[in-house]
Amino acid sequence: MVTRALPTERPLEESTAKRIPRRAALRFLMGTIAGSVASLLYPILRYLVPPPESSLNANEALAGTVNELKPNSGKTFRFGNRPALLVRLTNGEYRSLSGVCTHLGCTVQYRPESTQIWCACHNGCYDVNGRNVSGPPPRALDNYEVQVRGQEIYVSRKRVA
Amino acid sequence: MGNLKATICWRLLGTVMLLASALASAQTKNVCLDCHSKLEGSLKVAAEQADVHGHKGMSCDICHGGNTQDEARAKAAGSGFRGHISREQIPELCGSCHADVNYMTRFNPSLRTDQLAQYHISVHGIQFAKGDAHVAICTDCHGAHEIRPGSDPRSLVHPLNVAQTCQRCHSDATLMKPYRIVATQFADYTDSVHHEAMVLRGDLSAPTCSTCHGSHGAVPPGAGSVANVCSTCHVLQAQFFDESPHKAVFAEGCATCHTSHRIKHPDDNFVGLAAGSACGDCHAADDESGKVAEAIHDRLHKFEVRVADARMLLARAEQSGMDVAEAQVVLGQANDALTKARVRVHTARLAKVNAELDAGLKPAAAALSAGEAAMKERAFRRKVVLVPGLAILAVVFALGFYIRELERSEAEDQKSGEQTDRKLAA
Amino acid sequence: MDAAARVQTWIDERFNVGELLAPLREKTVPVHRYSQWYFLGGLTLFLFAVQLCSGVLLLLYYRPSASEAYESVQNITNHVQFGWLVRSLHSWSANLMVFCAFAHMFSVAFARAYRKPRELTWVTGMFLLFLVLGFGFSGYLLPWNTRAYFATKVGTEVAGQVPVVGHSMMVLLRGGEDVSGATLTRFFALHVAILPALAIGMVMLHLLLVQKFGTSVPVSVGNDWERNPHRRKEMKFFPNFFLRELIGWYIALGLLITLAAFFPWELGTKADPFSPAPPGIKPEWYFLAQFQTLKLIPAKVFHMDGEVLGILGFGLGGALWLGLPFIEALLGPRGARYVRVGAVFVLTYLAGMSVVGYMAR
Repeated sequence: MVTRALPTERPLEESTAKRIPRRAALRFLMGTIAGSVASLLYPILRYLVPPPESSLNANEALAGTVNELKPNSGKTFRFGNRPALLVRLTNGEYRSLSGVCTHLGCTVQYRPESTQIWCACHNGCYDVNGRNVSGPPPRALDNYEVQVRGQEIYVSRKRVA
Repeated sequence: MGNLKATICWRLLGTVMLLASALASAQTKNVCLDCHSKLEGSLKVAAEQADVHGHKGMSCDICHGGNTQDEARAKAAGSGFRGHISREQIPELCGSCHADVNYMTRFNPSLRTDQLAQYHISVHGIQFAKGDAHVAICTDCHGAHEIRPGSDPRSLVHPLNVAQTCQRCHSDATLMKPYRIVATQFADYTDSVHHEAMVLRGDLSAPTCSTCHGSHGAVPPGAGSVANVCSTCHVLQAQFFDESPHKAVFAEGCATCHTSHRIKHPDDNFVGLAAGSACGDCHAADDESGKVAEAIHDRLHKFEVRVADARMLLARAEQSGMDVAEAQVVLGQANDALTKARVRVHTARLAKVNAELDAGLKPAAAALSAGEAAMKERAFRRKVVLVPGLAILAVVFALGFYIRELERSEAEDQKSGEQTDRKLAA
Repeated sequence: MDAAARVQTWIDERFNVGELLAPLREKTVPVHRYSQWYFLGGLTLFLFAVQLCSGVLLLLYYRPSASEAYESVQNITNHVQFGWLVRSLHSWSANLMVFCAFAHMFSVAFARAYRKPRELTWVTGMFLLFLVLGFGFSGYLLPWNTRAYFATKVGTEVAGQVPVVGHSMMVLLRGGEDVSGATLTRFFALHVAILPALAIGMVMLHLLLVQKFGTSVPVSVGNDWERNPHRRKEMKFFPNFFLRELIGWYIALGLLITLAAFFPWELGTKADPFSPAPPGIKPEWYFLAQFQTLKLIPAKVFHMDGEVLGILGFGLGGALWLGLPFIEALLGPRGARYVRVGAVFVLTYLAGMSVVGYMAR
């Protein structure tokens, strides 16, 4: 198209007749653009609303409350996508270790009678520090850090650089 | 005056150097090694004393006698020189120190001193007493001159090397023939799950030859089946087996089904009546026990498939970006149930196996449904983008349409403008 | 008067918008058989805008620390409503933008649009390309997954190989001797503050220059139009050309949304500095050519360390490419031909090496 000044005089009916479909096309275009903007705005607006779940990361988990465990008892809780153990020793101290047996991956449990951690699958035994003391487990259990904040007990992975 | 000082200095230096060299040579002087390190063949002894005895300050003379310091009198009469020590003499020679508690306490109080006593009652020792020159003696396993403690990875009796040491004789079919012992144990063992545990997974507590058969006291008379040893580690399985009807029937115990050396990890088909199964060796499909075996196999297999399906589904969901952490913990519980059920196969009772599997049904189902939910969400996401997708498509068409209309009317305006211009010009 | 007209009058009475917009209203775009290539620049700009918007949205939930970064991206992807869409959109759009930037650059190179008087437009454009690559490199680390961690490790190590200043450069980039949480913080600052500020400034400069000098026409077309003036065709930028551009932008948006839904960007596993590098680690496709080249250079070339030679080679190549308009002028009358050959070589080399790098284990 060559740019030239449009002529000032032209038959009126002609120009109006040509303009109508153009105006309709423009209206249609505006409509669809509005529609597309709306369909993109909707997810954005939904996105802005924070989700209900608290975003505790996989490095830390809430293991329990202060009065939940009696001395010489333990409980299993979820840490990330694996089970973990929270043990309260006879002297009141807390220990937390991985709950996955190093033999074949069964979930271990704390046994108050022997004050040891035991695996029901093949009778593996660990001491409260996680060291494998008898049975098939070839390695010790990983230890976690325990932090008591107020009434809540938080467990986190051992800090590395 | 200067001259005197210099003389004294030089004399002093000379004396010091002489003393030093005397001291040095006194520590390492060994006239035996001076020759024997250079000889070839069976007379060659390595100059470096890598031997544990050498480290304790002992030398050739403690076994061979003689004089290690004076070359002229090295093998003289009266020096106690024994020369080459024959095979029949070795156990008593080693035992002359190693069975002496008072002597050994001086060097390593925690070392046992009953090796010789054990040897005497072992099958090797008994044959040896009968005058058999082929059975193993101390030096066959421990070496003669480069003996290292068992904790040293280079030692012939380090756990990783024990099987290799034993098989030097026990894989020799010709040597074993007169005793009517097969020579396939080492080949079988290297194919086993115990060997894999030690060599591939580095678990030094995994059993090797000496763990089950003993080392010095290997297989004394009256020793029952080696299967008794299995229960030291495999406690639960042994307990369940003892409660089962098989205990009374199988003298060989665990080895009946699992074999003694080529112990492989039992798979799906080990239980049941399929080809290659343990149960199928005795039982058939038409007897009661055979039916139990089949039933156990079926239930285990079905459960295994379920767990595997759930695991695969969760893996797919996770790869697509879905959060399945909790579901994986739950699946872990189902896995636990499966492991426990497998151990209870040794009871040979369907009810016991079922009890464990029933406990695992719920977590398996929960994990599977969580995986399905995650995949549904994934499918939903793909559908949900259709909405903006269609809106975008609509805009693209509207744009194209509008541009066409716009330019068509512009062209017509242009044309009519030209017409008007010509009219005006005319 | 309807509402729109009233608003327009209100603004016109206070701000001389008409005067400001006049050049835009009169702006034209040449129409010839290579006109399609003109869309690439605007497309890159549009994708940059998409990155800005999706990036800001991600910023609302992302946490730039080594212990929380991965989990925050996981949170966005799994818990935040349509978070998966925003995140995958951002990742795919990044790749598409890099592609368009390269395509735009090569089309300008082959059309020789960098000729006088547009030399500085080329230079600012090349700076923008480097900035885009910087965006890609810095943003890649932010999810703090294994792939990103090792890609950054290798990438910064390569930077460290530059003689004399290499080590200092590497320490500056990494925020320390090793890739760590400090690196993440630095890359985050680069990605969301420093680079955007530089890029926006450079974009405005680039657009200003484009506006000043107008759109260039390929030499063959220009010569043809000079001989036959009646063949000269121009299109109004607004609304004609712009509407066409809008089509391209919407198609790109549709493509991005489809990619985000059907090929979601992976989360990977959280980076663990103590585990060994997974085998077959490779950088993103836009660094593959250089990566593959470095792998193929022998360890020692004429007593010089091969890798250092390679890096210096890239540096030299980049500098030459940056000064392309000036080099062409320096090369005299045959300069254009040499540059064309060089451009063909560079394009083939980069494309070929990228393919080789992709297929290599």
